[in-house]
Amino acid sequence: MLSNLGNILLFINVFLSVLIIYFASQNIKTSGNSISETIYQTTLLQTTLIFGCFFTLVAAFITSDFSLINVFENSHTSKPLLYKISGSWGNHEGSLMLWVIILTIFSFFFLINNKTHPKNYRLFTLIFQNIIILGFLSFILFNSNPFTLISPAPKEGLGLNPILQDPALAIHPPLLYIGFVGSSIYFSAAMASLITNYSEKFFAKSIKNWVLISWVFQTLGILVGSIWAYYELGWGGFWFWDPVENASLLPWFAMTALFHSLIVLEKRNVLYFWVIILCLLTFVLSVTGTFLVRSGILNSVHTFANDPNRGIYMLSFLCLMIFSSLFLLFKKYRKNNYNINFNSKETYVLINNWFMLFYLLTVLIGTLYPIFTDALTENKISVGPPFYNAVIIPVVVIFLFFMAIGPNVKWIKNKFDNLISFIIIFILALIINFIIVYFFKSFTILSNLIIISSLFLIISSLIDLKKSLEKSKFDLARIISHLSFGFLILFIGLNHNFSLEEDFNMKVGDTKSFNNYEIKFKKLEVKNFKNYKSLIGDLEIKDKKMSQIKTLNPEIRIYESPSTLTYEAAIKTNIIKDYYLTMSNIDRSDFYNIKFQKKPMMFWIWVSCMVLAIGGFLRVFQNAKSN
Amino acid sequence: MQKVIKFLTTLIFLFVIVVFYFSLNKDPSYQTNSLVGKKLVELNLENFDGDYNLSTKDFKKNNFTLINFWASWCSPCRVEHPILMSLSKSKKLKLVGINFKDKKNNAKKFLNELGNPYNLIAKDEIGKKSVNFGIYGIPESILVNKEMIVIKKFIGPLNTQDYNEILKIIN
Repeated sequence: MLSNLGNILLFINVFLSVLIIYFASQNIKTSGNSISETIYQTTLLQTTLIFGCFFTLVAAFITSDFSLINVFENSHTSKPLLYKISGSWGNHEGSLMLWVIILTIFSFFFLINNKTHPKNYRLFTLIFQNIIILGFLSFILFNSNPFTLISPAPKEGLGLNPILQDPALAIHPPLLYIGFVGSSIYFSAAMASLITNYSEKFFAKSIKNWVLISWVFQTLGILVGSIWAYYELGWGGFWFWDPVENASLLPWFAMTALFHSLIVLEKRNVLYFWVIILCLLTFVLSVTGTFLVRSGILNSVHTFANDPNRGIYMLSFLCLMIFSSLFLLFKKYRKNNYNINFNSKETYVLINNWFMLFYLLTVLIGTLYPIFTDALTENKISVGPPFYNAVIIPVVVIFLFFMAIGPNVKWIKNKFDNLISFIIIFILALIINFIIVYFFKSFTILSNLIIISSLFLIISSLIDLKKSLEKSKFDLARIISHLSFGFLILFIGLNHNFSLEEDFNMKVGDTKSFNNYEIKFKKLEVKNFKNYKSLIGDLEIKDKKMSQIKTLNPEIRIYESPSTLTYEAAIKTNIIKDYYLTMSNIDRSDFYNIKFQKKPMMFWIWVSCMVLAIGGFLRVFQNAKSN
Repeated sequence: MQKVIKFLTTLIFLFVIVVFYFSLNKDPSYQTNSLVGKKLVELNLENFDGDYNLSTKDFKKNNFTLINFWASWCSPCRVEHPILMSLSKSKKLKLVGINFKDKKNNAKKFLNELGNPYNLIAKDEIGKKSVNFGIYGIPESILVNKEMIVIKKFIGPLNTQDYNEILKIIN
């Protein structure tokens, strides 16, 4: 029953998309600057029905309707409700539904929120957005239908992969999708802007909040994914330069560059084509990322089952997107002679963009290089953290200095009258760095530079904050975001520098000593839970210096549906540092491999990343208020 | 100039799309089964004491050689050890052990404790040379003939079924 309902709703949605494209193209021909009521109504109906379609799928998961092959493969009656629901987007077919929902919602809200902008610009945006919707709907219908039936219906499902049964991961896909699928709307708007010649600052006004919203969600999505990897994967890190993590970072760089250059376009009416390129690039990178993950080209924790047909479909779609946008861009491109003074805010924003593009290219090359060598030379290689760390980290140091100076530079033409204050800030940063190094006695040249440059940014942002408070003229969003980015890099630097990692083979009753710590394997218990059995270790960690004792309980979980072993890290978090312990069994022996890590400042890394996103939200509210 | 840039941009995108297309039909997982039937050319292995380099000559003397990759720290290697001991009794087969990312003393202790099935032992201290043999985890074993052509690969510890298969091939 649910299968039929879902399929009918999908078909109606295809029909509605075609109808919207038709109505919109008719409406373009008419004079006047108002969009016909029919289009609003059809778009509203489309949004409502796609929700209906999605909830049909969720209902099938909640009621464990195993007549749907998708539910059978990804759910189980014994799953807790939350994971039944999140199971509906924790797989390829269901996640495509999420894609279409976000495409549709953004399409609807862009239409109703931009009434001050010209009719044709809005209508063309609607048309392009609906072409994308149509593309994804037909992908769902003809290749990845979540409503496909299985007959006879099995009594029990295969279950959701246990490592996906985690609250962070339940919300990770929706957040990330709002981010990079949301970028579709400014892709469509950029195409519409090229066609209708609606350029300059009003165009910037019409998309800036959409860019910010997608950036905020992209940031949060990456954050939550990172938290999940830290807690669940048991490797003790939060970023692994995994190709799929990189795929989410690429659009993030493009978005960051985009909303900075939008400020210039809005204020000074320059950089229009650059903004258009970034708009197009962001969504192209998002779809490329999705293609890489779903086609099975990449091997990673996110890889879905390999299906070349799926890949062909997405590649054709990507191809169409890239070449149609290139065609339009080249056709409309005209050379502009920008009059930008070397020492002006415009230049600093451009510098931000160059850095972002540098990061983007580095990560893009690192991600694609193994695919290329494999395809062209049959050589399997992988590009790992050493490459990214070596290329990106030194450049971050310079970037942070520019990030500190940039906001205080004036538009059009600047004079450096605050040079002395920058020198004082720099000396202050040096002193604090030496204090940190003196007390903790562990450093490298690079880590010193990272700490100094991030402190430079932090102190300058704090001074900005103080000045704004005095003048009661606030750019709180910018200050908060820049400040938290400075803190983020500082904490990552401290974390990297002062982490401790030790590995032991131990059996129950053993005690090991290292540095200032003593670790004792007290006991091992077996417990039964609703959908898994757990082997729980009881280990005591003694900090000899502070004479503190902490008990940690890492687990080895044995899931039955599907039968899988997962290793749950035991983490004791406090404000200064995390103790991180994982345990894995050694075949046919009483020994367990115990990995102990001390990770300073983890809590603050999460907090700064969160505040960074809050800064973006604040800007959205400020913009909404000033409109 | 503008035309050149436009042309190059289109070309780059086209190139990426074509590479993606070809990658689609490739298996992304690291498969080494394709080594079967191929000839091992580069050996470049030092023996255990570091005073002798293994060459193809060492393989030409016997009809069949089983190259086994092992380490003292690897617990599944312990599991397969009795099978290797039994195989070492066969006169038609020579065993070459490649000690993978191990410490010499620990490796010696391991062999003293469980017995030494190998005719020759080579070492690969940093694990880089084993990559040429398509090794990505140990234990793994490769059965080669006189001409150094790979007849079969065994990934994971050898079991009785593998044992019978090896005997069948060499007899």
